[in-house]
Amino acid sequence: MSFLDSRYRARRRNNAVAMALSVGATVFGLGWLVLILGTLLWQGFSGLSPSVFTQMTPPPGASGGLLNPIFGSIILTALALAIGTPIGVLAGTYMAEYGRYHRLSTVVRFINDILLSAPSIVVGLFIYEVMVAPMGHFSGLAGGVALAVIVIPVVVRTTEDMLTLVPNSLREAATSIGLPRSMSITHICYRAARAGMVTGVLLAVARISGETAPLLFTSLNNQFWSTNLNGPMASLPVVIFQFALSPYKDWQALAWTGALIITLAVLALSITARSLVSSGKQS
Amino acid sequence: MVEVALPKGLVVSVAGTARARVLDRLRLGDAAFRQLTRAAAIAVLLLLSGVIVALAAGSLPALQTFGFGFFTTDKWNPVTEKFGALAAIYGTLVTSLIGMLIAVPVGLMIAFFLTELCPQWLRRPIGIAIELLAGIPSIIYGIWGLFLFAPFLQETLQPLLINTLGNVPGIAPLFAGPPYGIGVLTAGLILGIMVLPFVTSISRDVFEAVPAVLKEAAYGVGCTTWEVARYVVLPYARVGVIGGVMLGLGRALGETMAVTFVIGNAHKVQASLLAPGTTISATIANEFTEAVGDLYTSSLIALGLILFVITFIVLALARYMLLRIERRIG
Repeated sequence: MSFLDSRYRARRRNNAVAMALSVGATVFGLGWLVLILGTLLWQGFSGLSPSVFTQMTPPPGASGGLLNPIFGSIILTALALAIGTPIGVLAGTYMAEYGRYHRLSTVVRFINDILLSAPSIVVGLFIYEVMVAPMGHFSGLAGGVALAVIVIPVVVRTTEDMLTLVPNSLREAATSIGLPRSMSITHICYRAARAGMVTGVLLAVARISGETAPLLFTSLNNQFWSTNLNGPMASLPVVIFQFALSPYKDWQALAWTGALIITLAVLALSITARSLVSSGKQS
Repeated sequence: MVEVALPKGLVVSVAGTARARVLDRLRLGDAAFRQLTRAAAIAVLLLLSGVIVALAAGSLPALQTFGFGFFTTDKWNPVTEKFGALAAIYGTLVTSLIGMLIAVPVGLMIAFFLTELCPQWLRRPIGIAIELLAGIPSIIYGIWGLFLFAPFLQETLQPLLINTLGNVPGIAPLFAGPPYGIGVLTAGLILGIMVLPFVTSISRDVFEAVPAVLKEAAYGVGCTTWEVARYVVLPYARVGVIGGVMLGLGRALGETMAVTFVIGNAHKVQASLLAPGTTISATIANEFTEAVGDLYTSSLIALGLILFVITFIVLALARYMLLRIERRIG
């Protein structure tokens, strides 16, 4: 009896230990989030002033802002979306509509999932090889294309997932009134899956707006205001990288402010995307 | 069969030709759209093959010059143009290993907490918070690691390790040398924090997919919560968890910015985890724009090719395992 008793107690003890550990692990995980966001606010907030958004990046020792990298980031992101979204949506459409049970879709799905988590620095190398080296100079265009390569798999994945969720009865109804397949896709299925597809694009923006590695040797950096897509272009992540590793205190302070801006933008985007999905589910 | 016998001209009226024309146009548009989507799908395939071909072509000069020796030497000297990938490969593997040693147990425990213990109303907020951790750009981890985490480790954890584990025979070389703050261990720890959300969210998803009947049966014969998780949920979800872990590993191997800030960029294979080292991605990020000479550039691209091949294998295995569990769930 005492043997059973002690064994019973040991099991209860093990259970309590495991539960405490799992609570501890959760606190540990959430602790990092609080810690990182806390430091960002602490370090970056003091530098947050209107001049950050109205002045160019300064030479060391002078005061300035982040206007040109912010502008550059927006241009590069827009370019990446303009290139990546149509290709991603169309490829996702093929996989969910025309070729749902086709071999090609299975292969593309597999490859796309690999592209989705492929190291972004390799994407930078790839674009360097096919665009920067032949053109002979770094350019904003190359940066935009590099980011587009990261956008495509995200959009393909969400488009396919969302179109697969559209009930078949909608497609059958469209076909029964004589609508051609392409119109039933663009007018019926896209409309039904719109919230989810927008979410995919938002997630893609969140993903690329913090990407640094693919821009390092495609769009490079530019200390000045530039709208020339054919020349080097500044972007927020690359400027943060350069300024943070510099020995100058004002540059480091600007890097923290830039980091805060990026993080807030990315978090706002992903929270918006998530609330879009959940509101879509309820209706 | 009467209709067939009628001459064709009788049926086609003026309105009929207009209708036929519209139908033709629609048919054409339909076929065009179909081919367009198919072309886009094939473009995704071409993208991946393009990456492989471009990297292979770019790394050809370096691989031809150094041959197999490129993989076995840790010499990296831009002045004499002698390059070897060993130090970078070693650093990539060791930092990722350290990262996974932290992320896997902690991630599994958080997933266990979220699926078995956490009150229902708290699940969503905690789940979202963990996913936000995954959304923070890697450069933020880098700048945070450089300015706060590394100095913190230099003053606390690293002296502690040197004074305790550094005196234990056998593993002492791992913790030799002065506490630099930056180094292999710091990079590994930051990778662990970054990969944690990936492991957590996939493990949570596969844990949730375990049929309730199995768990209820286990509770019914008197199992504790931990025993249910350990002997029922985990074995059932094993393939999916391994897939999630491999997916996290793929991330850790290719992670660039967070590592570049804190690794120290030293091309040496050193036993000590506290010493500065380098990884494939950090080497490329640090040196590519400053690389002069074709051989230097080509060697860096060859590093990229190695990284891509390693992550490709890891990610393909991960996807294969996740696919298997998806099929089982149905």
